[in-house]
Amino acid sequence: MVEPASIIVSIRNLSRSFGNVRAVDVVDLDIYAGEFLTLLGPSGSGKTTVLRMIAGFERPDTGTIELGGKDVSQLPPYERDVNTVFQDYALFPHMDVISNIEYGLRIQGVEKGERRARAEKALAQVRLEGYGSRRPAQLSGGQRQRVALARALVNRPSVLLLDEPLGALDLKLREQMQIELKELQREVGITFVFVTHDQEEALTMSDRIAVFNQGKIEQLGTPREVYENPLSPFVSEFVGQTNKIVMDGRNINIRPEFITISKSRKFGDRSVIGKLHDAIFVGATTRYLVHTELGQTLMSTQPDGEFSVGDSVTLSWESKKEFLVN
Amino acid sequence: MTISKRARYALMALMGVGLAFIYVPLSVVVINSFNSSRTFSWPPSSFTTEWWSKAISNTGVRKALSWSLAAGFSATLIALLLGTSLAFAVSRYNFFGKDIISLLVVLPISLPGVVTGIALSNAFNQEIGLSTGLLTIVIGHATFCIVVVYNNALARLRRMGTSLQEASMDLGANGITTFRLITLPNLASALLAGGLLAFGLSFDEIVVTTFTAGPGIETLPIWIYNNLFRPNQAPIVNVVAATLVVVSVIPIYLSQRLSQDSTSGGRF
Repeated sequence: MVEPASIIVSIRNLSRSFGNVRAVDVVDLDIYAGEFLTLLGPSGSGKTTVLRMIAGFERPDTGTIELGGKDVSQLPPYERDVNTVFQDYALFPHMDVISNIEYGLRIQGVEKGERRARAEKALAQVRLEGYGSRRPAQLSGGQRQRVALARALVNRPSVLLLDEPLGALDLKLREQMQIELKELQREVGITFVFVTHDQEEALTMSDRIAVFNQGKIEQLGTPREVYENPLSPFVSEFVGQTNKIVMDGRNINIRPEFITISKSRKFGDRSVIGKLHDAIFVGATTRYLVHTELGQTLMSTQPDGEFSVGDSVTLSWESKKEFLVN
Repeated sequence: MTISKRARYALMALMGVGLAFIYVPLSVVVINSFNSSRTFSWPPSSFTTEWWSKAISNTGVRKALSWSLAAGFSATLIALLLGTSLAFAVSRYNFFGKDIISLLVVLPISLPGVVTGIALSNAFNQEIGLSTGLLTIVIGHATFCIVVVYNNALARLRRMGTSLQEASMDLGANGITTFRLITLPNLASALLAGGLLAFGLSFDEIVVTTFTAGPGIETLPIWIYNNLFRPNQAPIVNVVAATLVVVSVIPIYLSQRLSQDSTSGGRF
């Protein structure tokens, strides 16, 4: 993490409506220089609109966006020192890869030899050496993604905005790109603002996560804070899975992986007995669904064990792992 | 969908008959333009290019050709300017009455030419006081030429979406630079396709032309019509007709190849 003192983007009071829908509803957010910040939320939660307002594609109804201490909220996109990686990549189809990457430098008037050298370097940075003369149509989805990244990074913006850039890739490639993106971000030291609806992606890559719901930020914190101590029911359900239990007249939330399943032993200061209803094998772990004596079905995610459906089992957990207790 | 073998053959035969109805008479016209018999005895007795050289040196034909070209190019130019601007307005902005304007622009292509012709002729002669001539032909043709350019440009703009322009602006280019470096190059083939179609439409148009052309102006189709019943002109009429077929078909063929998956814009 970076010095919290250096704020690169400062968003105050930001709102934007489309027709009757308040897409962004009074958002305040400080983004630190050099951090990887993820805007996480379901579709329609306002995360993309916030990103598009930072980029300048949408104007706020009210509120301000400061970039490096300067209010940019009324400036057009071409006067802002940010660059965007688009969801559909938006590579220029009539230009080859190297011309795509050079585009920003060409507009700035960087001399031809220098801009070619910088573009080649950016291409190498995303591990696509030798692809410069291809057309975007001749590339795979993952390669296009990298070109889009290089095209934005070559301009060395103070902030890079990424709008669900991995959404169109298959699972394997997506996981690989998550790691690469994170490495790239550390390497170039540029602030990344990343929009996604995929909570796993957000947890994997981010320094901090802002969880959006209905145009507002519900929680802002490190992945660990957001996951282990969700401040609202929405966050607890959107980020990871959660068991909602009513016990001793109180509402309790507990993550499935913190519940241990055994024949009769207890691991922790809380326990409940029940019957194993279903066991779903998902690779590294197994999801056990247990009908408990409380009348609720709880889920425990544990390494595969010797249980069969219908067995009497004991579920137990540490009360300190509970959250949103009231 | 699967259909039975017999049904398939029946459908293919029907399609063959349908196509034959259109293209056999057209081929006869083209073949007869090389038929040495002045009365077009069939089958042609021998091959000649006499009618072609006569037609080329015929001053009436030459004049008509130049009027047709002038009208075609001018109408196409107007259609390109106005049709493209309209397509931009409709695809990129929301404004009151947008759907109605879109309909009004496309409507002239389905209006009967005779109605358009009479209406324009009345407007020119009585209401505006514009004497008929090349200008009035061009205006008349532009009413339906705009439609094909508009349709082609609109389809391409919709398919392009806005993200290319956004990407360009994001990378530092202002609106004009973005149009020059990104939008126009991606729009060009659609505009060429629309322009070729528009030219093809204008080049063989007769109904609207009849009403909007002044007394001294003959375009090629009008020249054919005026000379159709003069027996000694018959061979040259064939040549002119064959020329019209070729000149109309080439742009439409090219424009179909250019637009490929974008819409072709009606009328054929």
